[in-house]
Amino acid sequence: MENAISISGLHKSFGRTQALDGLDLQVPVGEVHGFLGPNGAGKSTTVRVLLGLLHADSGDVRLLGGDPWKDAASLHRRLAYVPGDVNLWPNLSGGEVIDLLGRLRGGLDQKRRTDLIERFDLDPKKKGRTYSKGNRQKVAIVAALASRVDLLILDEPTSGLDPLMEATFQYAIQEEREQGRTVLLSSHILAEVEALCDKVSIIRNGRTVESGTLADLRHLTRTSITAELAGPPNGLANLANIHDLKVEGNRVRFDVETRSLDDALRRLTQVGVRSLVSQPPTLEELFLRHYTTEASAK
Amino acid sequence: MTATLTRPAHAAAPANELAGTWHLIRLALRRDRVILPIWIVLLSILPASTVSAYDQYYPTAAAKAALSAGAAANPSFAVLYGPAFDLTTAGGFVAWRLAGFTALLIGLMAVFTVTRHTRAEEDTGRAELLGSGVVGRYAALTAAVTVAAGASVLIGLIQAASMSATLPKSGAWVLGGSIALAGLVFTAVAAVAVQLAEYSRTANGIGTAVVGVAFLLRAAGDSTVDVRWLSWLSPIGWVQQARPFAGDRWWVLLLPVAAALVIGAAGYVLLPRRDIGVGFIPPRPGPAEAAQSLRTPFALAWRLHRGPLFGWAVGIAVCGAVFGSIASGVGGLVGSSPQMLEAVERLGGTKGLTQAFLAAMAGFFTMVASFYGIQAALRLRSEETAVRVEPLLGTSVGRLRLAASHLVFAFLGTAGLLLVGAVLLGLANGLRAGDVGGNIADMLAGMLVQLPAAWVVIALAVTIFGLLPKYSSAAWAVGSLALLISMFGPIVSAPQAVLDVSPYQHPPKLPGQEFTATPLVWLMVVAVVALGAGLFGWRQRDVG
Repeated sequence: MENAISISGLHKSFGRTQALDGLDLQVPVGEVHGFLGPNGAGKSTTVRVLLGLLHADSGDVRLLGGDPWKDAASLHRRLAYVPGDVNLWPNLSGGEVIDLLGRLRGGLDQKRRTDLIERFDLDPKKKGRTYSKGNRQKVAIVAALASRVDLLILDEPTSGLDPLMEATFQYAIQEEREQGRTVLLSSHILAEVEALCDKVSIIRNGRTVESGTLADLRHLTRTSITAELAGPPNGLANLANIHDLKVEGNRVRFDVETRSLDDALRRLTQVGVRSLVSQPPTLEELFLRHYTTEASAK
Repeated sequence: MTATLTRPAHAAAPANELAGTWHLIRLALRRDRVILPIWIVLLSILPASTVSAYDQYYPTAAAKAALSAGAAANPSFAVLYGPAFDLTTAGGFVAWRLAGFTALLIGLMAVFTVTRHTRAEEDTGRAELLGSGVVGRYAALTAAVTVAAGASVLIGLIQAASMSATLPKSGAWVLGGSIALAGLVFTAVAAVAVQLAEYSRTANGIGTAVVGVAFLLRAAGDSTVDVRWLSWLSPIGWVQQARPFAGDRWWVLLLPVAAALVIGAAGYVLLPRRDIGVGFIPPRPGPAEAAQSLRTPFALAWRLHRGPLFGWAVGIAVCGAVFGSIASGVGGLVGSSPQMLEAVERLGGTKGLTQAFLAAMAGFFTMVASFYGIQAALRLRSEETAVRVEPLLGTSVGRLRLAASHLVFAFLGTAGLLLVGAVLLGLANGLRAGDVGGNIADMLAGMLVQLPAAWVVIALAVTIFGLLPKYSSAAWAVGSLALLISMFGPIVSAPQAVLDVSPYQHPPKLPGQEFTATPLVWLMVVAVVALGAGLFGWRQRDVG
């Protein structure tokens, strides 16, 4: 078994709404995989299909070597799930929920449970209703991370955590990675994705638009250049892969795709460079590009 | 986050404390655009339609006299419907037959409506979202109370207007007015309940319990000569004591007016003394670790169901004890007119009378207990919509196992409630009439033959949950329809085809009638098919 998760050509519609439109996703065993996309792109729908909560219309979905719809109960012994919206039973304490969920999975690691409760600064005696959103999420996170499982499916697990707890969470996921566990992490927090994920998949309108390592994806982005030249620039506008070019006298400002960076710099040095500021591509930029093209496509 | 009693109470709410009320009323009406019209139509048309049935089935003076004698001769009627003051007119018949139950149902409508727009909104956190806008402290409660009270008044008005077309105007307005006022009293009760409770479920429980106790008080008061005053403690009793179409005692209507004002004011006094999202009963901390036993879906379901089940068991036990202890005395209600004595003879003398009463109670208890079953079955749906089912299905728990953990309570819990009711009815009657063992056995038989009928209703709730989850609350309509057909169908001489729709019409009436197994087998077959269809749907459909 090579892939913990393998999805190809997944379709799912709710009435007239097409939620997933041929989605592909491959997560090899042992990988921490970032799952990104704008709101409503179909991330949670994908996760719910993986958990056998939704019946796929078409497409091939394999989870831990099994069929997530037919083998749901047996597969779920080997995975733990943290939903984005955690709602607890009002009359059960957090500690009871952690134990119950752990026991219904493959069992609970008592030492890890104690350890995680302390690190996440969680009061396990409080009843479900009295927890804040962040604390409800902590209950689900502790229950998942303390369970003896192979795969963690985390659907925006940290959306309610404070920065300190966010750091605790990242540290805990690093530990999971060292244990050889596979993690599917749906998230909007780019720093978290950057810190944790080996690979990411970006989805939009129910389809996978990018998938690869962060280095791969960076390669697709643009570097911003601002330069003060010895004379007026020439020929820059004709160059391929240059965007948003602005010229004011001897000053130029433009974005260039990584593959044409070399060409662009050569043109600049031909004129003579007085000063130069280059801004490396950021993940934000990458995401904004994917997210905003969706908005403009609509 | 704890309720504090030191916060100063606002003697009078300034205008800005009510800011946003109108918007909240419109929001409530928008959300209730289906359920509220159903309540209003259902409760409004009952009286006028009963009038036409009365004229149709009791056209002659002799038929009316026979009806009066029959009703007076069967004291279970007095317990269920209240005192029959005058059955020789259509108005008097309508008032006797409908006043108590309409008041009961309007009470439930008021409780559910007020809770839905106050406590339930706080539970979901939506109240906070709204509360952050320009919304005064009393706006949510005022909006909920306005909607519930408005619906009550509308029901009373339509009832009065539709009845006064054919019946004496004075009686029509006394009946419609007292029904509307009963709605107002229970609206006020709900306004207090939502302050006391920690969750909407608890608030509904408190409100429903008050409605139930009100019904029980008047049932006890109307069933024996010694404690007639009990009826006067009940808002449902007041509707009957106003004697619509049989004296029209207008002054009785002052009682619900005063009660609604006093109780409602208490709700407004309590409101500013608690924080949003919390009740007066503060939550206690729980254990840091789960008990060893909490390791199965069933163990979780037990934690979720034990409270409501216990509450229902107490309610059924109290009802059983009350009705059981009055059963042997029901003969005393029968007057001395020759017609009545003849009717009693036909029923098998006073012993037969008690048996008929107990058989009627067995049927009534079963119908009421079926509502617990519906509630327990629909807990699956409420867990689903609260996204608490997903974390469980994300573990090794399969869908059928999860459903089974709740349905055990729906089906066996209902059976357990009937057991409690039967034992208490038999015990209480046995202690007064002698032969405790025999009486308990009789009552057990009487209720258990009815159980398959209740299971059919509960299984239909599962069918709806599995196949049409969005319409799950229609299960309540199914249960209510079966109850209405069985309780009101025979008296308006509904066609047999209509009566047969209710599963409660089919089991033999024990004690009294002879036992036959065939209808029970058929009911079980229907229940199994309905349950199977529901579970099949639940396995196949999307969750959420």
